[in-house]
Amino acid sequence: MKEQNIDIKTTIEESDYKYGFTSDIDTEFIPKGLNEGVIRLISAKKEEPEWMLELRLKAYRHWLTLKHPTWGHLDIPEIDFNDIIYFAAPKKKKQLASMDEVDPELKATFDKLGIPLEEQKVLAGVAVDAVLDSVSVKTTFQKELAERGIIFCPISEAIREYPELVQKYLGSVVPYADNFYAALNTAVFSDGSFCYIPKGVRCPVELSTYFRINAQGTGQFERTLIVADEGSYVSYLEGCTAPQRDENQLHAAVVEIVVERDAEVKYSTVQNWYPGDKEGKGGIYNFVTKRGLCKENAHLFWTQVETGSAITWKYPSCVLMGDNSVGEFYSVAMTNNFQQADTGTKMIHIGRNTRSRIVSKGISAGQSQNAYRGLVKVMPKAENARNYSQCDSLLIGDRCGAHTFPTVDCRNSSAQLEHEATTSKISEEQLFYCNQRGLSTEDAVGLIVGGYAREVLAKLPMEFAVEAQKLLSISLEGSVG
Amino acid sequence: MLKIKNLHASVDGKEILRGIDFEVKAGEVHAIMGPNGSGKSTLASVIAGHSKFEIEADELSFDGEDLRTMSIEERARKGLFLGFQYPVEIPGVTMANFMKIAVNEQRKSRGEEPLTAAEFLKMMREKAKVVELDAKMTARAVNEGFSGGEKKKNEIFQMAMLDPKLAILDETDSGLDIDALRIVATGVTKLHTPQNATVVITHYQRLLDYIVPDFVHVLYKGKIIYSGDKSLALKLEKEGYDWLINDYKE
Repeated sequence: MKEQNIDIKTTIEESDYKYGFTSDIDTEFIPKGLNEGVIRLISAKKEEPEWMLELRLKAYRHWLTLKHPTWGHLDIPEIDFNDIIYFAAPKKKKQLASMDEVDPELKATFDKLGIPLEEQKVLAGVAVDAVLDSVSVKTTFQKELAERGIIFCPISEAIREYPELVQKYLGSVVPYADNFYAALNTAVFSDGSFCYIPKGVRCPVELSTYFRINAQGTGQFERTLIVADEGSYVSYLEGCTAPQRDENQLHAAVVEIVVERDAEVKYSTVQNWYPGDKEGKGGIYNFVTKRGLCKENAHLFWTQVETGSAITWKYPSCVLMGDNSVGEFYSVAMTNNFQQADTGTKMIHIGRNTRSRIVSKGISAGQSQNAYRGLVKVMPKAENARNYSQCDSLLIGDRCGAHTFPTVDCRNSSAQLEHEATTSKISEEQLFYCNQRGLSTEDAVGLIVGGYAREVLAKLPMEFAVEAQKLLSISLEGSVG
Repeated sequence: MLKIKNLHASVDGKEILRGIDFEVKAGEVHAIMGPNGSGKSTLASVIAGHSKFEIEADELSFDGEDLRTMSIEERARKGLFLGFQYPVEIPGVTMANFMKIAVNEQRKSRGEEPLTAAEFLKMMREKAKVVELDAKMTARAVNEGFSGGEKKKNEIFQMAMLDPKLAILDETDSGLDIDALRIVATGVTKLHTPQNATVVITHYQRLLDYIVPDFVHVLYKGKIIYSGDKSLALKLEKEGYDWLINDYKE
């Protein structure tokens, strides 16, 4: 990824980067199962320094002592962790000659989302034209980032190239002992992204745009580390509105963000993993640990639009360590058919004058179950901490469920905490009104849901806000009428 | 334009409309009056296609097409407009966005290209003038936080945007002060042409000072029991419904 002149071949290979391997290990094969040997092998294949291997092994040994968590409002089938291949040779995606060979259903979804044709080609794995704009855009990005000293690369590369940075920050926000999946992820993570913004630097591009062009998928155990040094700024988008399928059913990512003094990070997620079919068969399990650490005057925004996955377990959180730091969380979680989501946030107020804001919009349709789980914790020294929480639920139909589990733990009497919650349904009269103005029921539901989620969608980078709204409509298809 | 013969409608087994005959031709203005609970709003909802009613009729057609085979939105796109007595709020959806979709759906059904953003904004500004609606209102969410008067003005604004062949206005005058009534009623009159038709459902003669009807009908217990010209409305205002009801009691 360092070459300035990227030819077609490497572009194609990089779009296959989603599996986190390079082509020279194509022939490698390691059987299913997890043990220290496998972890040593992963580390060796990645040419990792000794400290990284030690960290993986420590995490693994700790993981062995843990039991699968059961506190979520989720019905999780038993997972056999020895039935998973932790180090698989990548399957080369078949290159398609033209858009005509793309699955018509996938093509239809791309069209509905309004993804430009050239990007559709990349996403669908169609061989791309030599003059494709995105290639030059990509090189331009690389150049712009490098000029400002911004590091943005696969984390496996960062471990080799920037070990002092990675060693300093990796696990500093989400230690391996944090939870079951954080331990597992630390032991076996395949790859992920590393991003470092130097002091005082404002990242000139939405890193989202970069992702789109790369069509970069995630590994099964993805690890992301973002460090915004003092006074810097970055906006980062993970995921894609385009539907993503993956043969790996279990996904357990860890995202750590360090927001140093006076820095600001916006982290946006659009998650559209395969949710399973209408009968609830198949679908991805998405168990994610996301957390950011805010130093003095730091500001961290989490924005997420969750529409995919059979089971989602995710609580992007802010540790407001520094005085005057601010954490914000905006979430739309939609579930349909038999999907289950247990998602929310934690705002831990440690420093003085720390502020946090939570806006959670749950949408349940079909026979799905959607839970908001949140913790607002004010530590004894957090003078004048403030939190505003708003948790809304929208129900579509009468067979779905919405649940709210807000927890407040306040240990400082100067704190001001506000909580608002609503539960609503799309009314027959709203639909009649829209129909009477010439809107189909499907469009009407999409519009009403979009309006309901507007406050959150407005926090997304612009080009994604529009797509995300369409995505909500598409995810609801067949849920009404 | 609208032809209704022997229309019966019931909800949950209860018959509300009990044999309505009603015809509206292009260029006409009809007023439907009648005591509370006589079925006026039900008639409007049935014509618009609300699914909660069981319908039987010898004829229910609009421009020669059988309404019974058409969905609510198909009826709307063909030029049938219902001004709601209680306009519904849609939080987070701006009026501008709502109308843009509505107008373009109608255009699509006629095989026309969608309006460009500039054309649409221009159209919206012009139509807002019909009911003296502040164009800034279109940036607000549909009916959310609107006053009673604003909601009714907003209904007529939408009518102006969609330019229907037949507009059925269900108690558009209720809850309006005198100035708002004048503005709303004048707006409706401005939109009237020899090619379209208006049906106003009202309790009060005062609306009909502005929207002068060609026909006035009295609906009672699910039937049109009396029809006359505009003088009927004046008589009803003075004398109430008793003289009619007594004559027509079964």
